[in-house]
Amino acid sequence: MPIRAALLRSITTTTAARGSPLIGARSASSWWGHVAPAAKDPILGVTEAFLTDPSPDKVNVGVGAYRDDDGKPVVLECVREAERRIAGNMNMEYLPMGGSVKMIQETLKLAYGENSEFIKDKRIAAVQALSGTGACRLFADFQKRFREDSQIYIPVPTWSNHHNIWRDAHVPQNTFRYYHAESRGLDFAGLMDDIKNAPNGSFFLLHACAHNPTGVDPTEDQWKEISYIMKVKGHFPFFDMAYQGFASGDPERDAKAIRLFLKGGHSIGIAQSFAKNMGLYGQRVGCLSVLCEDEKQAVAVKSQLQQLARPMYSNPPAHGALIVSTILDDPDLKNLWLKEVKVMADRIIGMRTALRESLEKLGSQLSWEHITKQIGMFCYSGMTPEQVDRLTSEFHIYMTHNGRISMAGVTTKNVGYLANAIHEVTKSS
Amino acid sequence: MESVFGSIAQAPEDPILGVTVAFNKDTSPLKLNLGVGAYRTEEGKPLVLNVVKKAEQLLINDPARKKEYLPIVGLADFNKSSAKLILGSDSPAVLENRVATVQCLSGTGSLRVGSEFLARHYHQRVLYVPLPTWGNHLKVFHFGGLEVKSYRYYDPTTRGLNFQGLLEDLNSAPSGAIVLLHACAHNPTGVDPTLAQWEEIRKLMRSKGLLPFFDSAYQGFASGSLDADAQSVRIFVADGGECFVAQSYAKNMGLYGERVGALSIVCKTADVASRVESQLKLVIRPMYSNPPIHGASIVATILKDPDMYHEWTVELKAMADRIISMRKQLFDALTARGTPGDWSHIIKQIGMFTFTGLNAEQVSFMTREYHIYMTSDGRISMAGLSSRTVPHLTDAIHAAVTQIS
Repeated sequence: MPIRAALLRSITTTTAARGSPLIGARSASSWWGHVAPAAKDPILGVTEAFLTDPSPDKVNVGVGAYRDDDGKPVVLECVREAERRIAGNMNMEYLPMGGSVKMIQETLKLAYGENSEFIKDKRIAAVQALSGTGACRLFADFQKRFREDSQIYIPVPTWSNHHNIWRDAHVPQNTFRYYHAESRGLDFAGLMDDIKNAPNGSFFLLHACAHNPTGVDPTEDQWKEISYIMKVKGHFPFFDMAYQGFASGDPERDAKAIRLFLKGGHSIGIAQSFAKNMGLYGQRVGCLSVLCEDEKQAVAVKSQLQQLARPMYSNPPAHGALIVSTILDDPDLKNLWLKEVKVMADRIIGMRTALRESLEKLGSQLSWEHITKQIGMFCYSGMTPEQVDRLTSEFHIYMTHNGRISMAGVTTKNVGYLANAIHEVTKSS
Repeated sequence: MESVFGSIAQAPEDPILGVTVAFNKDTSPLKLNLGVGAYRTEEGKPLVLNVVKKAEQLLINDPARKKEYLPIVGLADFNKSSAKLILGSDSPAVLENRVATVQCLSGTGSLRVGSEFLARHYHQRVLYVPLPTWGNHLKVFHFGGLEVKSYRYYDPTTRGLNFQGLLEDLNSAPSGAIVLLHACAHNPTGVDPTLAQWEEIRKLMRSKGLLPFFDSAYQGFASGSLDADAQSVRIFVADGGECFVAQSYAKNMGLYGERVGALSIVCKTADVASRVESQLKLVIRPMYSNPPIHGASIVATILKDPDMYHEWTVELKAMADRIISMRKQLFDALTARGTPGDWSHIIKQIGMFTFTGLNAEQVSFMTREYHIYMTSDGRISMAGLSSRTVPHLTDAIHAAVTQIS
């Protein structure tokens, strides 16, 4: 339309003619000139660096995304089949604020048990969330809103983003001892001490299984003691379960800690993710649940969780949730999924054995027992940042600075190279 | 054991989404849902665009399709294409790499991320929204860390723009204040400034150093033309100044539930844009780590392919045209009925919604007696109307206006 074109022309011409910004347009300085470049995310930055490395020998054992033995990402067959069934889906409407009811129902069964009384009694407030991160963030916001004076106790170490999440929710943080460097195992005494010393009614973040980044999980007996003392102290246990099925290969077994706490009478919260165990990473599918006293309370809590989701993203993405519910709702597909999860978990367990044996064969004087004792996707190698830097600069091996190795990135083809490199940088220590 | 959340009260239903909840409970065959702004066909059915179905098929059959996490900022192709779509592919800001674009969860997510960035990095915490505005705007900005004030916008006596009031209020805003602008098809009123009025708004805002934050949820949906619906944004960008734009593909690509959108921050220089992008990542990572891949992949596929892009514009225009036709039909029906009042605003307003001017009591009456579901502010979604249902709505409005004042 002529009017519009003329207006646009007049603006741009005037600017050029005057050689300086048009009347009222902000002067040459930016509103954002003071904005400093942010530090790269410690985990995701690793893959970025890996991608720019031209070396043919490069190995990425940084980010925790599963790879097959050829080092390739995997789309599970059950997911492919689910997508085939969904294709041509005539509906892209908004999900309810709380997400897909079908998906949530099936997801809760995984965490709480197929025949959970809590599900039957409708005592669980649950909403679909943006994978594990989104579930944790929603809970943190909820905690801030309804327990204003509370703090969160976070294990040392933990997935680095946990700190960011509770910080951005403005919930003050404390830590509790977890990893024992000398034994490369659990600092159980320190952990129990810190639980006892925390003020009654504190909120604790627990990794349900396959602790990230250490791979160190409490034993069943240790979980029982943790549960008991937390009950005495009236603490709130919040479980981050990002690796159900991925740790032992059996989802029921990986939910053991949670089931224990439920039996112990705790009212817990859980963040569940399908990123790894269904390979749905980029779909951002997860679930946040909070166990309540009764159905009425669960309805109230769910409504409040939805109120927190609304100003963040209104309602969660449909596609990934549809894949999950398609799979979990169909007994054959669900069985296929369980098989495929076991294959992934078994491959990782196999690589742990292979890496440890390679290091021992190379004659390393250090103990690498922890490689096979730890569980899940990650191995906390015990290497120092300096050693990690050498691995990168001399051997083009990429991992996070804390010495965490993503075992999912280890293959029969690169395990020898990796072992050799680790041996090289650690043999003088 | 007593719950730590035992004292929590149940939250009230979201006023907009609650309408659909109530609608679903109603068993009357006459019921009409004019609440939430989701497009419906003439048959009253939701619509998945043909070009979207095509794009989905291509994705499913593509062996090279990405399977893992997107980067924190989202799909690169999607981001580039989205910036070009709203700013124009020949926009100097785009060509000079001065735009930081991040994929977000539809319009809501883009607004929230932008808000959190502003709360951390901008010297002004006050944001002005038009009166009225989409209900969720207030919550988004509040939770995003900003203080929300309002500027006059809608004039109930004319059912049009209170332009004088708008200018006065923006003029008295503190320097540097953020101003939310609906790029086109204002929600809920359907009242947009003319291009000449936009130019005056631009001049005023630039002279006061006010920061524009555009919400573009209906590009292409308002007039049927993607370029025409982007003019307000483009005249601001053309003057070389900075602004924020939140884009949504929920309506114009019918991707509602896939949550596809983008936040673009137009900066003075490429260096600033790059630093801004790095800080946006710090907002996103602790919120959801990285955005959902499916919807953005569909959009990128369509925007990058000239044939598919063209196909999209045709389907988009068809949706916009149907809505414009519904406006005319409703206006004609009310006029023919002799319903008291001036109903010309129905055809003057633009986009998915009409602000009827009906009050809460009249709306309540219409719901009770005629099973018409709409928000209590008198807003109706034209997309929910069809030739078949216009008569029923006309009856309802006529009854409400004549029986209740």
